Amino acid sequence: MAMSFPTPRRLGYRLNLVGMISAAVALTWAVIAVIAPWLTPYGPGEVVDFDYFGPISEQFWLGSDYLGRDMLSRILVGTRYTVGISLAAVLIACFTGVVLGMTAAVIGGWYDTILSRFLDALTSIPSKLFGLVVVAGIGSSIPVLIGVLAVIYTPGAYRFARALSVNINTMEYVTAARARGERTLYLIRHEILPNITGPVLADMGLRFVFIVLLLSGLSFLGLGVQPPNSDWGSLVRENIGALSFGAPAVIMPSIAIATLTISVNLLIDNLPVKIRDRSE
Amino acid sequence: MNTQIRSLILARLGIALITLIIVSFIVFAATEMLPGDIAQILLGQAATPEAVAGLREAMGLNDPAFLRFLRWMGGLLQGDLGKSYANNMPVADLIGGRLMNTLQLAAVTAIFSVPVALFLGITTAMYQGSVYDRAVNFLVIGVISVPEFLVATLAVLVFAVWLQWLPALSFANDVQSFWELLRAYAMPVITLSFVISAQMIRMTRAAVISTLSAPYVEMALLKGASRPRMVLRHALPNAIGPIVNAVALSLSYLLGGVIIVETIFNYPGVAKLMVDAVATRDLPLIQTCAMIFCLGYLILITLADVIAILSNPRLRK
Repeated sequence: MAMSFPTPRRLGYRLNLVGMISAAVALTWAVIAVIAPWLTPYGPGEVVDFDYFGPISEQFWLGSDYLGRDMLSRILVGTRYTVGISLAAVLIACFTGVVLGMTAAVIGGWYDTILSRFLDALTSIPSKLFGLVVVAGIGSSIPVLIGVLAVIYTPGAYRFARALSVNINTMEYVTAARARGERTLYLIRHEILPNITGPVLADMGLRFVFIVLLLSGLSFLGLGVQPPNSDWGSLVRENIGALSFGAPAVIMPSIAIATLTISVNLLIDNLPVKIRDRSE
Repeated sequence: MNTQIRSLILARLGIALITLIIVSFIVFAATEMLPGDIAQILLGQAATPEAVAGLREAMGLNDPAFLRFLRWMGGLLQGDLGKSYANNMPVADLIGGRLMNTLQLAAVTAIFSVPVALFLGITTAMYQGSVYDRAVNFLVIGVISVPEFLVATLAVLVFAVWLQWLPALSFANDVQSFWELLRAYAMPVITLSFVISAQMIRMTRAAVISTLSAPYVEMALLKGASRPRMVLRHALPNAIGPIVNAVALSLSYLLGGVIIVETIFNYPGVAKLMVDAVATRDLPLIQTCAMIFCLGYLILITLADVIAILSNPRLRK
């Protein structure tokens, strides 16, 4: 028997043109993040141009930075940090948030109340401020960044998953499963999770965008990825001096961030309603 | 009825107070995680162990963390914000003028952006699906999905580099005339306005559109009311609650934006002070600034909730 993959066509979903283009852009960045070292024309740390803030030329496709390093190579390598850190953070945040949200909805009672109160308190700290304070306290490194970003965006994922799960929890089949004597673990894995997967994935996409924005913001303030490594936010920070000449060194990393976040946002906006609001 | 509203609002304020206590605990805990001995850092590498131990004793660093937390909270409540590690000045003096500057920036931005955002939000809802609506929407999604510093960078590129209307990345402290004041404020205000307007337009539009699907609006349509009349006379009065709620929520985005904007434009406000304090690891200053921001944020979101309770009888169950 032939293998059957769950392609969009088989499941009866169709993506419109804008959705397809944005999916392609987001996918391209993901692929670049993986294969960046084989794409770079120069080493990301090598000083190759005698001029600083060089213009776009045949030799340097995206100009050169404040030390005369090749911008294209630096952006390509930066993709790894921006996409990698954000992806790790969003996976941790959504996994924790969704598991806690589902268990809170299923168990209810005091467990739910205390968890909700605590996580709500966490959301009433502005995200950028929280990042700033913690990174100032512990110092910046990639694991710390991933952890902080994950903690900041867990409450949102929790709230979203809990709200969806509470609705599912009142369905007859959940009551039936309860009456059969199923445990919480079974309930959340087999009854709740399959019914909230679509919206949760869409929410994860949006959360990914927020994390990319926050990470870039922190890096821009000098608290994110530390030199000699640099993500897109730090690239903008390093080359902010080029702003008054309008050199490509500061514009290009900004465009990279914008293409990634806008494409993910548009992709989520154009997802078939069937996936996005399955539980509605 | 009235007592019911009052108890609901009191309950909301109670929640806000509990949240504030949890938040202050988190802020304290986060800044306490700093590795290394503060006394050692203050005195430098050359200090004798006895001097370090003496300073630790004097600063009360040997006490349990919870006791220090209580002492810190007590100080905050009495208006004693502690002393800066960096220059030994009282934190209150450092913050005083800066806070006014930040509030000024926030106020000017709010005065400027709220009317514009409301106008755009309501008119896009009125002509939903038109080219105008889609153009504004596209712009809004664009602004929402890029970082604040990118909006600032673009504003500088357009207004300072290409058009050369405004000074670039400098905030002059010696402002002489009203015109210069206007020019100095323009860039930070433009950037911040973009950031918060985008949120406000989106939420206002959604609020108006959701009331547009109500039966009485359909009735107005059937009576032959024009589109503007339908929206302005029939839908809008009932959307005011959610709209004011949206405005308060969007204003809370000011706090995130202001951190970036003050840093970029070198604006002498609390956020800049805090970012600098982070660089020098000046804990009392960071803690106080963080508390100021959390308090402002909490006030705004509590206000949004209270307005929602007042304006929507269905939330008063």
